[in-house]
Amino acid sequence: MISNQSIETASYEIMKKAAIDIPEDYLAGIKSVADKESGELSGFVIKTMIDNYEIATEDRRPMCADTGLPRYYVKVGDQAAFAGGFTGIERALRSATARATRDVPLRPNRVHPLWRTEHNNNVGINAPEIEWTFEPDADWIDITTVHKGGLFGTDYRMLFPGDGVDGIKRFLLDTLISFGKRGLCCQPAIVGVGLGGSKDTCMQLGKQAACLRVVGNRNPDPKIAELELELMALGNNIGMGAMGFVGSSMVVDLHIEVGHTHTGGMPMSVHTFCLSSRRATARVHPDGSVAYRTDPKWFTPYHRRETVDWDALPKEKAHA
Amino acid sequence: MLEEVHLSLPADAEAIAALKLGSVVYLDGIVYTAREGVYQRVLNEGHPLPQGLGKISNVNFHCSPAAAVKDDGTYEVGGVTATASFRFSKYLGDWLDLTGTKIIIGKGGMPVDDYRQVLAPRGAVYLTTVGYGTGALLGRGVQGVEAVHWIDELGIAQAMWLFRVKDFGPFLVDSNLQGQSLFAEQGDLVNRNIDDLYTGLKEPVLHRYGETKDRTDELI
Repeated sequence: MISNQSIETASYEIMKKAAIDIPEDYLAGIKSVADKESGELSGFVIKTMIDNYEIATEDRRPMCADTGLPRYYVKVGDQAAFAGGFTGIERALRSATARATRDVPLRPNRVHPLWRTEHNNNVGINAPEIEWTFEPDADWIDITTVHKGGLFGTDYRMLFPGDGVDGIKRFLLDTLISFGKRGLCCQPAIVGVGLGGSKDTCMQLGKQAACLRVVGNRNPDPKIAELELELMALGNNIGMGAMGFVGSSMVVDLHIEVGHTHTGGMPMSVHTFCLSSRRATARVHPDGSVAYRTDPKWFTPYHRRETVDWDALPKEKAHA
Repeated sequence: MLEEVHLSLPADAEAIAALKLGSVVYLDGIVYTAREGVYQRVLNEGHPLPQGLGKISNVNFHCSPAAAVKDDGTYEVGGVTATASFRFSKYLGDWLDLTGTKIIIGKGGMPVDDYRQVLAPRGAVYLTTVGYGTGALLGRGVQGVEAVHWIDELGIAQAMWLFRVKDFGPFLVDSNLQGQSLFAEQGDLVNRNIDDLYTGLKEPVLHRYGETKDRTDELI
């Protein structure tokens, strides 16, 4: 049995870790982008950001004061059992959010959309968001928090099959250029592209691609993996670097996630995570022990399954 | 190497006039935060400014700190990061006139027309934060909270915070008293390549209503 208390404590810890410590994969990624940057202003911006990560960790303070919209991604093992049930988990996540908001402190960004009223704790109607997924042959629960800014760098468009890869490239350029100007999307960033699904799924997939996969990770479909690299190169060829200054640092990595979609359409979403790509994961085991990490491992083979039945051995891809 | 400048606050007219686009600036003294909540309260609802604000500080930071009120009533300031300034354009002329503010700090600058028509004629310049998420770096520059106004009425994010700062930065000079803009100059350079990027990519079959044909347009 996993207790509510151990879920609350672990969630509170990842809220702190996410806000303060830059994930190592992103830090390595940004350093390699910085090495290639020839624009003086863009290079200065990235160097300053790297200083900022170090100070955040030294001082135990949030790297960015816009601590975004804290939210959770929860993966529940088939064999995991919860003393407080599922509503107990949701209550624990809300409690951790409120406590971390006061203690880290995080900025209480969450307000009612119309009345602009707030509870000063990042908790409210439909907030924090909690997305659920499941995993076979596991008795643990993985809780990932992501703190992502909420204003810029995301767009959605209904493309059609005939638009093809050209359409994908154009919409990626449209989004990166429009939000990259003045650095509104806080590039260089991990970019997530959602392709297919329903409109809402398309948005969700792109966001998860940006926030839940680490730098260097490739989609298991080799053709999609190739497209990821091609689109990343396209983004870094715009001529725009950090803060929209002349340079080459736009995309630290680019991840694509797909979902089967309407036969007539090819919806696409683009999401840019930011210069403070804040994510942290805790795995809580039935004995109450907790392991922390920065790779959410969200997209498991089970998560990306294509067929009715699931068996643990991945099937060969039809086109492989 | 980019030029580095240290300014003591309130900044005097001479020091402001000497700022060059792209210079790196650090501040010592007192800065205040104000954004839509404060502007609305003072300019639209007519509440008076905190007494003596103009003498204490002439630097308006577009910021909401990651801060909390502790049980003993004191304040803990964690990260400090700017918010996008273009949204506050409509308030700024009246605000500068009322407060005598000469430096605006924020995220992303403002349209160059605002620099020409609003800031420069009032002897004011714009400094942009770097990154933009240098919350920890800027947080270290905040030595303490001098005062907070309207925290009950506006909440932590929108209240007016007066921060005592030292080596507070880095910021980049985006506008000068000639009304020029670093972002605009850099944007023009980037724009030169944009048409080439789209060459050979066929247009989507369904256009979007109101879609611009000019990719050098900015959204702000």
